[in-house]
Formats: sequence, C-alpha cells, structure tokens
Amino acid sequence: MAEHLGKLRWRCRRGMKELDLLTLGYLERHYPTASAEEQQAFAELLEVQDPLLMSYMVGREIPVDATTARVVGVIRTLLSADEEVARASCPCLVHGQDARATINSTT
Amino acid sequence: MSNAYQLIEHNYDVVVVGAGGAGLRATFGMAQKGLKTACLTKVFPTRSHTVAAQGGMSAALGNMGQDLWQWHMYDTVKGSDWLGDQDAIEYMCREAMPAVIELEHYGVPFSRTEEGKIYQRPFGGMTTNYGEGTAQRTCAAADRTGHAILHTLYQQALRHNAEFFIEYFALDLIMDDSGACRGVIAWNLAEGTLHLFRAHQTVLATGGYGRAYFSATSAHTCTGDGNGMVLRAGLPLQDMEFTQFHPTGIYGSGCLMTEGCRGEGGYLTNSNGDRFMERYAPNAKDLASRDVVSRSMTIEIREGRGVGEHKDHIYLHLEHLGADVINERLPGIAETARIFAGVDVTKEPAPVLPTVHYNMGGIPTNYHGEVVILKDGNPDYVIPGLMAIGEAACVSVHGANRLGSNSLLDIVVFGRAAANRCAASIKPNSAHSATPQPAVDKILARFDGLRNAKGENPTAGLRMRMQRTMQNHAAVFRTGDSMAEGIKLLEDVHDGFEHIAVSDRSLIWNSDLVETLELDNLLGCAMVSIKSAINRPESRGAHAREDYPDRNDEGWMKHTLAWLGPNSAVTIDYRPVHTYTLTNEVDYIPPKKRTY
Repeated sequence: MAEHLGKLRWRCRRGMKELDLLTLGYLERHYPTASAEEQQAFAELLEVQDPLLMSYMVGREIPVDATTARVVGVIRTLLSADEEVARASCPCLVHGQDARATINSTT
Repeated sequence: MSNAYQLIEHNYDVVVVGAGGAGLRATFGMAQKGLKTACLTKVFPTRSHTVAAQGGMSAALGNMGQDLWQWHMYDTVKGSDWLGDQDAIEYMCREAMPAVIELEHYGVPFSRTEEGKIYQRPFGGMTTNYGEGTAQRTCAAADRTGHAILHTLYQQALRHNAEFFIEYFALDLIMDDSGACRGVIAWNLAEGTLHLFRAHQTVLATGGYGRAYFSATSAHTCTGDGNGMVLRAGLPLQDMEFTQFHPTGIYGSGCLMTEGCRGEGGYLTNSNGDRFMERYAPNAKDLASRDVVSRSMTIEIREGRGVGEHKDHIYLHLEHLGADVINERLPGIAETARIFAGVDVTKEPAPVLPTVHYNMGGIPTNYHGEVVILKDGNPDYVIPGLMAIGEAACVSVHGANRLGSNSLLDIVVFGRAAANRCAASIKPNSAHSATPQPAVDKILARFDGLRNAKGENPTAGLRMRMQRTMQNHAAVFRTGDSMAEGIKLLEDVHDGFEHIAVSDRSLIWNSDLVETLELDNLLGCAMVSIKSAINRPESRGAHAREDYPDRNDEGWMKHTLAWLGPNSAVTIDYRPVHTYTLTNEVDYIPPKKRTY
C-alpha cells in the first residue's frame, strides 16, 4: 500500500505547477476516503498528458467516463478551498526600504 | 552498508540526464548520428517542465516584417545586461532560423498566418533595428509550444533507437582522479535497483531550481538535480546570483500568465489606474525586459500604489482586447485566469505579482555544451566527459537576464550543438576507461546515509525554511544586510539537513527519500546563489542591489564561479565575459546604458 501511494505521489509530478498542486491536493485530501472506483479513475487520470489534464481542470473538456468526470469535479473544488490559503501565503514584498534603486539599473 | 547494493551496469557512448526539450533534442541528435545513446529521466519525458512553455520560441524569420539575426543578437546582449558571452549569443541567434524550420520539418505544428507562413508575435525586449521598433519574432504552436516540442522530439528520439530509462533518479556523477567524468549512477524508482551508466560523455539537461524559492512558476520537478551533482563533484556553478522574476505570476497561486498576454496588447496598471510602465520604459512600456518590469511593479507596490485590499499586487488588463482576440491569440489564458485567479479576463483585470521563473546561472559551458571551468589560469578548461545544456547550463546566452522566448530557442540550439559535438568527438562503441571504484563507493555511501537518516528534521519542514529564506532575502531587490541575515538562516537549514529524518527505508517508490535527495540539490543551489549574490556589489539585470544601484563594468563585467565546500562554505572566482563574436559578420556590441 505504501508503495502504491508512493507511486501515485510520484505520478502527481507534472510538467506544470498548476497540475502539481491539483493532483497532489486530491491525493492528500480526497484519495484516502474515495471509493475504489474513484481511486482507480484517479490513477488512470494521472496517465493523461498534461495539456489534456489541464483542459479537464479548467473545464474546457470533460472526460467521457462518468467516474473520471466526477474525480475531475472534486479536484476542481480544491481551487476555491485553496484560495484563502494561497492568498494568506502569497509572496510578500521584502524589507520596505525606499524604492530608490534605478530601474534601468546601469551606468 | 553501501557494498550491499548491487549495481546494474550499462555502457553507452552518451548518457543524457533529463528529458525536457534540451535533453530530448540532444538525445535525438546523438542517436541520429549513430551514437549509442541513453536518456535517464525522473519523470516521463512529456511531463518535463518544458511542457509549461506556452509563449514560444524566438527566431528572426522575418515572416511578419523585416527582421535580422543581428537585431536578435543585439536584443539578447542588451537583455543580458552585457553579461552574456557574445560568441555564444551570435551562435544561438544565427542557428535560430534553421532550428525552427527543422522543428517544423520534424512535426511541430507552429501557428500560421493566412499566407501559410509561421505566425510570429511580439515579446518583451525583442526589437527591430537595434531598439527602434517592436519585433514580431516569437513562433508558437498555439498555447502548446512546449508540449508540441517535447512530443515531437521524443518521437524522433524513439525512431532513432535512443534508449529511455524513465523514472530513474540520477544520484551522482562518477568522477575519476584526473577530473574526468566517466558516467553516472542512478536509482530506478519503480524497481528499487541502482544502475551504473558508463559514458564517453554525460550530458546534464536537468533544468532549473525554481523550487529553491517559496513562490515560483516552476513545477515541483525543478529541483536543480544536475547543479547539485556538479557541486558535489567539486565543480563550480556560474552566475548563480541571477534569478529571473516573471512579472505576471498570478497573485496567490504563483501560476503563470504568459508574456504572450502583453505581447498581444495586455498592459499593467496600479491602484490609480495608471499604465505605470510608460514612466519606467517610455519606448517598450509593458514589453520592456522582464527584470525591468518586475522592478517597476515592485516599486509601485512599495510606494503605496498596489491594488487589492492589502495594496500588494498589480493588475494585468486584457479586457480591452475583446473575447475573440483573447480566445484566438491566447487560447486557454481566459480559463487559467478564471480558475487560478478567479477573474474573467474578458471583463476585468487579473491580479499579478513578480514570481520566480528562471535561473540564468548554472553549469558553465562553452557554446558546444562542454562544461568549462577556470583551471591553472585557463578560464575555458574543458572537463573531459561532461556536458550541460538548457536551463541547467550557463552558456552564457542569457547573462544577467533572459528574454522571453529565448529559452525554448536555447534548449533546441544547444541540445543540437551538444549532439554535433559528440558526433565529432566520439567513436561509436569505443571501449570505456576503468570505472574508479572509490568514486562509486562514495556515491553509494551518501545514498545509503540519506536512506537511513534517523535525525529529527523532516524534509518538508527544512524545504519550507529554505524556500522562505530565499523568498525573503534574495528577492527582486536585495541588500547586503538582508542577504547576510538570509545566509545565516540558510546555514541553519544546512545544519538541520545534517540531522534530517527519512521515515521510509524502502527502495521502491520512496517519495520521502527522493524529495530528500532533491532537497540536498536545492540547498546546494540556494547556498551558492545567495552567497554569489552578496559577493556582487553592483546591480546588473535580474540582480538588483539597493545598496549598489549602478552597474559597474570596470569591476564586475565578469562571470561568478562558485564552488561549494564542506559546511556550506562557498569559494568564489571569476571567468571573463567573452567580449568577442564568433565570426566577423557581426561586431562586438560594447556595453552602454540599458533603457527600454
């Protein structure tokens, strides 16, 4: 079981950061309590190429298989749930010295 | 103990580590030329971070109006703030046109004009006639340029019988006593086996290290693995103080709004609704170079003109373009903004903030892709058996700041150059030198040590501390004081790594151990990055020192080399910038004031 989860965790490594966040979010928060059918659908979803997976995530395309579509629907809810967290931890600007550095910073 | 590990041995002419655009172009080129070629990659090739490159690839094709490679070269040199090597930049800009045509020939479906030519769009810093006009130089395959390139090159590599070792994690380079690289040792994540690859050339194409920062557009896979291996091999990294912040990361998530948005007419505003880039870059405005735009945004926010409840970000407007243009020229961007920023860009602006995006620094190489170091007074000493290409490398074509759409160009041109070099220098199937056993033992001992690490600091916690430190102390603007604080914090993280806790001892799909090995690589990158940054008392390109706001060509027009020793000590030396071109068809471009 640990091996299986380790494999899925590695397959959540995508080429795009957006997909890393979404697939890993599902694995950590929803996968453990999902039905066997949905767990299987998620594992298969991870085999999809990134551009298509991205299309599913932004709702441009919808998976034909009903279970897969349901899993995609759950993954998409992660976005609104994450929003507050993401904003709270946004990259703040550092140390508030005067903004005197020249922009065209050259001689 | 380490001698308990069975090594499965393989002999190849060339081993490429990494299967992004650079690695695949090199792999395909070497296989095509009859070299026995292996490509090791920790993720499936089409899941490499190149897949996220949406904007396109620059080349002075002149399909949308007159263009010259000399203009492209000028823009790249200026974009680099004169830290780029002009022989390498000339090579890249000249090779750009045949490289695009070649990719088209292999099957990359570039977007077209009505006359059937490759469509080209404007991009930041790309001009005509040495800064006078706006160039349309960037070729794209809709919003899937990166994926199309990966897919095409992977198919070509398979067709030419390159061998892929997928979900293999490279541990370390095998260096012999003479300082030559003899191959690499890798861990098969799925089966838990360790593999020794002998090669006449080992080519590192492992990408950048954006994950050293808390907020980066980089995928989780960008952990500087090749850079980490090079540091452990006792070799230096070059210009690691130069990290690019992309102006339009989405506020909050850090996801990317492509520069194509501004290329197609998008613009930035502050809380007064001002198009402030007109003040900072009167000519190029929103299409000034990325470092310039990121600094301008940061100043607007600091001076109290940020937008939103906390006045801590900036707006990117596309709504004036209309839904049709947005959907036609920037497919997918509306959905991305809706999902990741919660806005409808056809009706309202998107909240954005400068976000870590690209590492100009990396493994020093010449324009053939060969790793070079300073040795016995020779700044171009070639390390036998070792090459580096793509974001992992520092050729240096991007110098202190990369222009958008020059990275897809970089990976294709230098991936190809590396293949050509190997074809010219390696006799296929020639015998390998003896593998140095002490080097192998050392690699296995390190791996075994981390696998059985029983300290008290979990990997994720240390990684977060490193990322926060880099975010807060090596940001868009830096000062000596802030970086000195950052160095102390980072050295604490390094000390913490000595007592790291790895919970899983398995060799199969052990993600805890992989992430620990990746953290080791990232930590090395972060350490040499911030220490190189505090060492450079000037502002150049992406390295903006508030305590040294001017560029200093007399003292600092030179590449930093940084070696990482025990206890995170960093030794620094320098290589001269190549102030000469490759041919006499173009003159050296002397430094001048950089304005947009």
